[in-house]
Amino acid sequence: MPSLKDLKNRIDSVKSTQKITKAMQMVAAAKLRRAQDAAEAARPYAERMGRVLASLGAVYEGQTNAPPLLAGTGRDQTHLLIVATGERGLAGGFNSSIARLARDHANRLLSEGKTVKILTVGRKGHDILRRQFPDHIIDTVSFREVKQVGFAQANQIAQNVLALFAAGEFDVATLFYAKFGSVVSQVPTATQIIPARLETPAGAEGQLAAPGVIYEYEPNEEAIVEDLLPRNISVQIFRALLENGASFYGAQMSAMDNATRNAGEMINALQLSYNRQRQAQITKELIEIISGAEAL
Amino acid sequence: MAEGLKLEIVSPERLVLSQQATAVTVPGTEGYFTVMAGHAPFMTTLRTGFITVTGDAVAPAVFFVRGGFADVSPEGLTILAEESVPFAEMGQDDLQARIRTAEQTLAAANTPEERTFAQEVVSGLLNLAQEASYLNGAHAN
Repeated sequence: MPSLKDLKNRIDSVKSTQKITKAMQMVAAAKLRRAQDAAEAARPYAERMGRVLASLGAVYEGQTNAPPLLAGTGRDQTHLLIVATGERGLAGGFNSSIARLARDHANRLLSEGKTVKILTVGRKGHDILRRQFPDHIIDTVSFREVKQVGFAQANQIAQNVLALFAAGEFDVATLFYAKFGSVVSQVPTATQIIPARLETPAGAEGQLAAPGVIYEYEPNEEAIVEDLLPRNISVQIFRALLENGASFYGAQMSAMDNATRNAGEMINALQLSYNRQRQAQITKELIEIISGAEAL
Repeated sequence: MAEGLKLEIVSPERLVLSQQATAVTVPGTEGYFTVMAGHAPFMTTLRTGFITVTGDAVAPAVFFVRGGFADVSPEGLTILAEESVPFAEMGQDDLQARIRTAEQTLAAANTPEERTFAQEVVSGLLNLAQEASYLNGAHAN
């Protein structure tokens, strides 16, 4: 049975923990708003880029001379997994759910006899995957020093990936990140970025390929596609990083909200047993005094 | 309303500008070109340079742009720039840094066209810097 003093100490320590989690929740909420705004602001660019690429990609349909970034190397042997996670923990299952998705993917590829290379973005993903795939991780990018992820950082990663691709280091690249659904739902997602999958969003068809509209291209279509494809990789990575940022703060916010609530429950329980024990002690002292008086 | 075209300048990080304009001059890979309402559909990659936006009532606005492409469609002009900064937001230090980068590009250029183009960027930036210093001087007095 813990003494009254012990209980008091425990209540105090849980209370200070609760203060910390409460503060973290509020900080995460503020940062979440900023991350969401950034993701929102980046959307028009990515959308227009996708639309233009989709209409240009149609040029290559059924042709054999498509650039490798679009058509692939023709092989499917070496896979590069780009795993984007957070820099910090204390965000519930955020980091581990992305890592789990990547791990399952990697295991499936390995069992098929494929070669797997892993590029981790964010320290946490590296920490988790390092245990199981120590030899597969080729590089790690960390944004610990960066306050707000900008396009420059995404571009740098993209340049690294493109250099690896140009050197024939891999055939297929897949990007892992958490898509931001809402504060309580972040969906770990895998997107193949090389070779590019051009989606044709509904309505895009009408917008660009309006009947009777003949586009002129300068210098020419091929040159534009070749210029756009690497850019598209940067944009996809940038977008994933932004989504990830918003998801991270969303996850952290709900995790810290839970923690604050749990701490509250714990304080209640501890307070109850503290009060009981104090009452028991008072009763015991009274009995001692009364029985002492009776004995006289 | 006077006939204008819808102009959108988008950088990866944000929508820089979305407004009606009368004429827009854009640095295409094969030279500067001006788009007005009713321009034929046209798509081109961009070089480092300056976008000049002329509107009805407002004074011409200048944007520094680096890389990207322009899409002229019947609906209007969309510029997807890798980096795009309104000149009005550009600080003196920022400008100086850009001048240095441009000068390095100029030094590294090896074909006559590249050199001409890099030279254009350098002198354009220098002009802007001078203009900015005049403006700042006016504010100070």
